[in-house]
Amino acid sequence: MYEHDVLIIGGGLAGLRAAVEVTRAGADVAVISKVHPVRSHSNAAQGGINAPLTDRGDDWEGHAYDTIKGSDFLADQDAVEIMSSEAGEAVLELERMGVIFSRGEDGKLGTRAFGGQKVARTFFVGAITGSAILHVLFEQSLKLGLNVYEEWFVTKLIIEDGACRGVVAIDLKTGDVHTIKAKAVIMAAGGAGRVFEPSTNALICTGDGLSLAYQAGVPLMDMEMIQYHPTTLARTGILMSEAARGEGAYLLNSEGERFMEKTAPDYMELASRDVVSRAEQTEIDEGRGIDGNVLLDLRHLGREFIEQRLGYLQEVSIEFLGIDMAKQPVPIQPGMHYIMGGIKTDVDGATIVPGLYAAGECANVSVHGANRLGANSLLDTVVFGRRAATHALEYIKNVGAHSEAEEDIASEKARLQALLDRQKGERVATIRNDMARGMTKGIGVFRDQASMEGALENLANVKSRLSGFSIENKGKVFNTDLMFGLELQFMVDCAEAVVAGALTRKESRGAHFRTDITERDDENWLKHTLVYKDETQEHGNRVETSDVTITQWEPVKRVY
Amino acid sequence: MPETMNVKLKVKRFDPADSGGKTWWQEYEVDIHPDSTVLDSLIHVREQDDGTLALRCACRASICGSCGMKVNGNAKLVCKTRVVDVAPNGEQLTIEPMGNQHVVRDLVVSLDTFFSQIKRVEPFLKPSYVPEQGEYTASNESMENLLTAMNCIMCGCCVSDCTVLEVDANFIGPAALAKAWRFTEDPRDSQRNERLKSLNDEDGGMWDCTRCMKCVEVCPKGVAPMDRIMELREAAIEAGNTNTSGYRHTESFYKSVKKNGRLDETRLAIDSAGWTNIPRLLDLAPIGIAAMRKGKLPPLIPHKSEDHTRVKELYESVEGESK
Repeated sequence: MYEHDVLIIGGGLAGLRAAVEVTRAGADVAVISKVHPVRSHSNAAQGGINAPLTDRGDDWEGHAYDTIKGSDFLADQDAVEIMSSEAGEAVLELERMGVIFSRGEDGKLGTRAFGGQKVARTFFVGAITGSAILHVLFEQSLKLGLNVYEEWFVTKLIIEDGACRGVVAIDLKTGDVHTIKAKAVIMAAGGAGRVFEPSTNALICTGDGLSLAYQAGVPLMDMEMIQYHPTTLARTGILMSEAARGEGAYLLNSEGERFMEKTAPDYMELASRDVVSRAEQTEIDEGRGIDGNVLLDLRHLGREFIEQRLGYLQEVSIEFLGIDMAKQPVPIQPGMHYIMGGIKTDVDGATIVPGLYAAGECANVSVHGANRLGANSLLDTVVFGRRAATHALEYIKNVGAHSEAEEDIASEKARLQALLDRQKGERVATIRNDMARGMTKGIGVFRDQASMEGALENLANVKSRLSGFSIENKGKVFNTDLMFGLELQFMVDCAEAVVAGALTRKESRGAHFRTDITERDDENWLKHTLVYKDETQEHGNRVETSDVTITQWEPVKRVY
Repeated sequence: MPETMNVKLKVKRFDPADSGGKTWWQEYEVDIHPDSTVLDSLIHVREQDDGTLALRCACRASICGSCGMKVNGNAKLVCKTRVVDVAPNGEQLTIEPMGNQHVVRDLVVSLDTFFSQIKRVEPFLKPSYVPEQGEYTASNESMENLLTAMNCIMCGCCVSDCTVLEVDANFIGPAALAKAWRFTEDPRDSQRNERLKSLNDEDGGMWDCTRCMKCVEVCPKGVAPMDRIMELREAAIEAGNTNTSGYRHTESFYKSVKKNGRLDETRLAIDSAGWTNIPRLLDLAPIGIAAMRKGKLPPLIPHKSEDHTRVKELYESVEGESK
């Protein structure tokens, strides 16, 4: 058995930032992750990280308002105020740790423009910002001698007397099951993109953290808010950063028109992501697309500029589609990218279960509301990763010694063995694909009552098959087959909460756009949806709502 | 273009649980989209044909570094390797785990070798001071210069195919040295000389690279580790670190070719060891005797090349240009 003061699940930006904070305070901390930290999906963030730096003439209120408007007024404004006002220091701290941000003539950090904001306040490293920051935080973790359980897969949270006291996990390299006791657990396990197909997300983004918290009784909030990124590469679904448009790229339809002029004459290609994705889908649906895509045109930016500032995009475009962006526009389409919803936390990352914190994409503080601004996700991870750590450090001061209880590991071992013992059944991948395609179909860029009910029906079918899949690999060492089976169960929990939230919200707001109710309804729906696990209910959950926190910005009509 | 393409794979399998840790080859055939990558084919196998096949993969977009493995003998990131590029005529592809690293199962290798090498170079910024407010000031050029090495995603392809690591597990390796370069060239780092000295003096350090170019060839992200190693060597010499066999080897090579128009191999061996380094010279003696027996000992007094004056002119011309 292993023991720590604080155990952090996930080794991406939120997890490592939290770990740095706990280590600095001298407490005993460990990170546990199903992949090595540098494999985490934070890598995939390309365009940058937002921060209003006051010494450069920006102000945090401006960033806060852009974020809140971007969220279609669903974000909690107290949380956004914290994120915006702490942003500058959070980004500068990353630079001081070693991140090699791009700079201006004066040798100070330089910025680029990003969507939904008129001020260029996005700090960046080429088109590999997430990777560059993740690797620096990993460097810091080596410097601090951070203890990491690499390639350990958490299967269950240990809850004792209503508080979270550790986890049960499989060491994938040996197949052995262990308990790791902790006085506090910080969930930083990332998003759930694989609940949808296609998705820009890595294959590891299976909503493990969301499901573990949901199973432990924590509500998942605003799960219907699914971000479709406007520019994902045709066929492959690979992300093409918003930085392309930030640096001046055009979106064109089959007639060569910059169609954003119709929906966002002021912001054009740099309107909020939900707005741009809907505009693209409308072009495609109305017959002005090209094989289900529209075009991202960078030709006027010139080869040198493209290769210098957007090198990774050029690399991907050439490698995967054989298209040189300096010569030809790239076909792109909206693609599932991010989940604004997540584990409900307060502004300190605390959930309703004592000792359980959450930060990063798996959490919902909420700062992104119904639509996240590009380059706010990295900011969210470092600001709230740190805050969750700070608060967890306070919390553990009043927590007693680790308990000796061992019943969790016995029941988990039995559950896993039962899965392995199943004889000839359906393949996990078949069920997963059916679930994910059904989710994309029902909870897409556009949705309506019928499509969402279709997703619910599809999900009921998927759930009925969960008891029938089998694991082909019966071995212990690196049994990913078993892991995929467990991940499928996590994903189904997430899908359930997404559908429940979507069917509950009787309005259109941000990413939740219903073609049967096209207007925002502040009178009835300036509210969060909260989905609780509840096996006594027909669909295994119950939905409650709570008011959005408004501090200084009254909702107004959202125009770009 | 046809709807699907037939891909033939021959995969090296390893199951540590099998008695004695058995290795075997397994053949698969899949029909998938013609644009597919090698990773797409392997995922298809894993999901539809054989759930026991173990491999690592995550992002599918060449940024996470999980899916390094050997394709037809060379390390590649298989998510960015299109099948048509490596098997244009439907040839069978040979897939093996990366080299120079312990195999855990099938295509999964232990990360320990790679990351223990990385840790040896103390891979974190060591500034002389930390600004209380704001950021460090540095030119954009100096920062963009570092991007070459920051593009490293730690996939391990260079370590896999490094010909030095094949024979000397103590070599610090191409990835770690490229990482070290990232700090020696960072204007914010205060330990440049200390880092250079340590990598210069260390057994298995910068001088153990044999410049075979393999790491440059297989790196999927353009880091070109060997080029970084050569820059480290130049920087180390400039900083006055000359008491190494590596430096003496370079200098002797340079001088003998300049003087004779060809390499004086006997002198090169003695110069590299150092004329007063008796133990090392005694190590060389049996090699010399064995070479003599086979008639392979180079002449003790070197012959000059017929064109040696032209070689010298070339030297002078190049050195004149670089001045």
